[in-house]
Amino acid sequence: MILPGFIVLLMMGGILAWIASQKSLVLTRWISLLTVALNFLGALVVWLRQPETSSSWLLDYSIPWIPQFGISFHLALDGLSLLMLLLTFFLGSISVLISWKEIQNRVGLYHFCLLWVLAGITGVFLAMDLFLFFFFWEVMLIPMFFLIIIWGHENSRYAAFKFFIFTQASGLLMLVAILGLYFVNGNQTGIYTFDYFQLLSANLPSDIAMWLMLGFLAAFAVKLPVVPFHTWLPDAHSQAPTAGSLILAGLLLKTGAYGLLRFVVPLFRDQAIAIAPWAMAIGVFGIIYGAILAFSQTDLKRLVAYTSVSHMGFIMLGVFSFNELATQGVVMQMITHGISTGALFILAGFIYERIHTRDITRMGGFWKSMPFLGTCGLVFAMASLGLPGLGNFVAEFLTLVGAWQATHTLTIIATLGLVAATIYSLRILQKVFYGTQAPSTVLVDLSFRERLVMIVLVVSILWLGLFPQPMLNTSQPAVKAIIEASDHSRASAYKPPTQPKLVIKRKGGSYE
Amino acid sequence: MSDLLWLIPVLPFAGSLILIVAGTRLPKPLVPVIGAGSVGLSALITLLIGIDFISQETSPVINQVLWQWIDVAGFSPAFAFHLDSLSLAFIFVITFVGFLIHVYSAEFMSDDEGYARFFAFLNLFVGSMLILVLADNLLLLYFGWEGVGLCSYLLIGFWYQEEKNGYAARKAFIITRVGDTAMAIGLFMIFKTFGNVNIMEIQNQAPNVWAMGSQEATLIALLLLGGAVGKSAQLPLQSWLPDAMAGPSPVSALIHAATMVTAGVYLIARTHVIFELAPTAQFVVGVIGAVTLLIAGFSALTQYDLKRVLAYSTISQIGYMFLALGVGAWSSAIFHFMIHAFFKALLFLAAGAVIMALHHEHDMFKMGGLRKKLPVIYWTFLIGAASLAALPLITAGFYSKDQILWLAWAGEKGNIWFFLAALVGAFITAIYTFRMVFLTFFGAEKTHVSHVPGSLINIPLIILAALSTIAGFIEVPHSFGHLQLFTDFLNPLLPATTMQPGIESTEWMIQLLAAVLSIGGALLAYYFYVMRPTLHTQIKSAVPQVHNFFQLGWRFDSLYDWVFVKPFVYLSNINKNDFVDWPYNSLVNVTGFISRMFAFTQSGILRWYLIGIVLGAILILTLGLLI
Repeated sequence: MILPGFIVLLMMGGILAWIASQKSLVLTRWISLLTVALNFLGALVVWLRQPETSSSWLLDYSIPWIPQFGISFHLALDGLSLLMLLLTFFLGSISVLISWKEIQNRVGLYHFCLLWVLAGITGVFLAMDLFLFFFFWEVMLIPMFFLIIIWGHENSRYAAFKFFIFTQASGLLMLVAILGLYFVNGNQTGIYTFDYFQLLSANLPSDIAMWLMLGFLAAFAVKLPVVPFHTWLPDAHSQAPTAGSLILAGLLLKTGAYGLLRFVVPLFRDQAIAIAPWAMAIGVFGIIYGAILAFSQTDLKRLVAYTSVSHMGFIMLGVFSFNELATQGVVMQMITHGISTGALFILAGFIYERIHTRDITRMGGFWKSMPFLGTCGLVFAMASLGLPGLGNFVAEFLTLVGAWQATHTLTIIATLGLVAATIYSLRILQKVFYGTQAPSTVLVDLSFRERLVMIVLVVSILWLGLFPQPMLNTSQPAVKAIIEASDHSRASAYKPPTQPKLVIKRKGGSYE
Repeated sequence: MSDLLWLIPVLPFAGSLILIVAGTRLPKPLVPVIGAGSVGLSALITLLIGIDFISQETSPVINQVLWQWIDVAGFSPAFAFHLDSLSLAFIFVITFVGFLIHVYSAEFMSDDEGYARFFAFLNLFVGSMLILVLADNLLLLYFGWEGVGLCSYLLIGFWYQEEKNGYAARKAFIITRVGDTAMAIGLFMIFKTFGNVNIMEIQNQAPNVWAMGSQEATLIALLLLGGAVGKSAQLPLQSWLPDAMAGPSPVSALIHAATMVTAGVYLIARTHVIFELAPTAQFVVGVIGAVTLLIAGFSALTQYDLKRVLAYSTISQIGYMFLALGVGAWSSAIFHFMIHAFFKALLFLAAGAVIMALHHEHDMFKMGGLRKKLPVIYWTFLIGAASLAALPLITAGFYSKDQILWLAWAGEKGNIWFFLAALVGAFITAIYTFRMVFLTFFGAEKTHVSHVPGSLINIPLIILAALSTIAGFIEVPHSFGHLQLFTDFLNPLLPATTMQPGIESTEWMIQLLAAVLSIGGALLAYYFYVMRPTLHTQIKSAVPQVHNFFQLGWRFDSLYDWVFVKPFVYLSNINKNDFVDWPYNSLVNVTGFISRMFAFTQSGILRWYLIGIVLGAILILTLGLLI
């Protein structure tokens, strides 16, 4: 029951926060913070007391939803989704915290949208029914659209529509592919079902499978994003409010990566292998292309957005290398990029609150007046260039070591991306923190709340860099299962989950 | 005692952490106590472990695993330390010279507003450097390797408010990162070949895996060399080091002379097994060393800035170490590293004191006559300079450099060209070294001394001066007595150099030649800069292009600017608005256009609708008649 509990709690919390805003805005903020924090604790409990199972699946929840069409409300959790949930609730709590002062109008609606985006993301990470998956895919899209358009910056209308159309158009291709899969499988077996585990064993004609896979790939490639489908991202990121950028970079992009791992690779293994060289090449192109574009940007948030494009290239490279090292690297990349890039957006937001511009040519010398902010900026600039000791290094190094087993040329080019990352990361530091400050500006260093957020982020990125193994252990069975699903001879390993053996009891009895 | 090994790197890290977290709130006198104290304690533990180490009969090895870092599909590097004689030599230099430099900095930096930040970064550097040399696997080594790169960046740009310091810092980081990328690719290859990144395992397995001269071994060795030339500022990645002098002088002494820039030497010595299996790669190491030492030597001859002379000299001296590695004189390279760390740290610290005394004046031609005003600085600087110029018998530099000259000549992998390069380099070294001494300390006083350094600056200088002299006597050549304490200390780990047969008898001739050249160089400098001080300006004005060419470091900066920097910036700037967005925006525009066209037909004017209906009816009827 804990799995639907995560989603229901967020949705209820969202409605409650909206209602509470009639009475008190502080109450609204506390309700949303507590809701997400409670979910985080719940996920933490699951993580610390990982149930013993024979397969890679830890928890499973399934009830029929629309049985006539073979649609069920089927949620399941393995190590990969567990890590993604931890990340979602972690960054979710932080996104409430950083909106505390920034958001002053329509606070109730804002928190409703925020929590519903998180609910949608949670659903995406848990749904094991393709119809349900698509449902949650839409649930996370619409509130995000409102977050950008209502609380965004000067050009938010353009950015929000662009984001919506890109995501929706590609999402429709995925819907077509889902329906195609449903009917092809139904025609063959006589069982019409959207259930992920049953569709895994579908025996598809290879030409149809290729088209279906491309449908899925379209949605995930836009979300990830893969160059040349990335252009919604710099606009959406730079126009969204700080929490919106955090959720976009930290979580929404990860749903694309998750989709590749969860659906594209296991459902269409032959086709994925067939397109692997192209997919890796396009990923590596993205690494370099994003890095070069990041260098010339003058809008701080836009710059960070292009670094995301660059970093997400590693995910394409890793996923299509089809080995455990690279895939574990991808999982680490999803977590560490979420934290480090999220932190850079938060820093950009802090600076924006102080000087009301994102233009780095009007910054400089901030180290002197804001040493705390400067130190945090240093840490996350270093994370973004892949300094050992910080989580991103583990992610990128594992991806590259793994990718080396698959391709030499592309791995070499991707490694050169580390030099490009150095160039743009140091440019951020130079433009924002080095140099002399304009004498007229008076800046105050971070407040207690802001410091708290940054300290938590810095500690987690360090922890992930020095002690990544607990994370890697959690994702290992799931990753192995996914890899083996892409290997014909051992495909049987990716079996549907057995019935859940462990029910985690919660105090307070909200769910059990 | 060996259980305390982990404390050696952890103490400086702890110091750094305290200073970062609480730095500005700490009372000022406490800052250097934490900063220098943590490194001092590390030095003390190093000493205790070192005594323990030497007193044992067999050459011991200490392994210590702290925790498993990563363990994925057989890729399982740990946070684990490995101490043998090679790493002991390095941690000895890092902690002791590091401690002296910290003590010096306590006074040198005392008026700086970033006092705590300075010690925090310096401690972070020492910690990372210790990890680098203690790492038992290549990934942990890479951790330290990048960590020292970060600290180098932070400390070069320590005075961050000036644009040019930030530029120098970024240049250093980016150029070394190019080398690091090569090294990372080397690591991928090593893991693929050995299924492991543990250094000792690689060392043991390599001879079984590869045949002599194997292509893969050569490739890996060259990739590791790529990392080494970046960090050690060797050709073709040397151009960052002269600019790195933008950092405070203690930083130049610690990072850009004594320790970090020799990390490349350490890496090659550490993986010498791979290089021995790849003679081509090892030969390349020698060639790089020989060419670099000459190029940098010529540049050092023409500098005005005192610290830039020392920077080029560092590049040149590390060139000697690479040359030694290239001819298989492993322990000579490490010996020269140690002696160089002593005298070059001394020279940088003394130069820093001079610059501070003269109100941040860097130009040697505006100095002069400091012999009387700053006697301690003068004498210690002179001792350091003598060691750098390798004046015979009394200086440590003579013993370490002589060994390299001899083995470049007599070693099996040596050749006449390596030897000549080293010999010419020795002559140039003596000239630029004494040019520096005479310009700075002799002649008329040109800038007034405003600040006389105190004891915290003087004592480290005196200790380093003593080390720059006596440390040479632990390694005395065959021809006068044959004492090889240092080589024996490293011997089981680093094999002895194979000699060409029947060449021993020529050793004294080589020594005599080297001695004559170094004294000759010093005298030549005396003639040019003391006896005939106008002569060098005449030469300069006679061949200004040549002078500028050398002075600008053989114009490598302009070359890289044209080949790499400008195209990158151009490419980035022309596409700032991301041309990929163009088709999407065009689609939007076309849609909008069509929409407006159709909207035009919805004008609400009845006449138009009627005309439309009539025209449509005619069209349909016409079509109907025609078909």
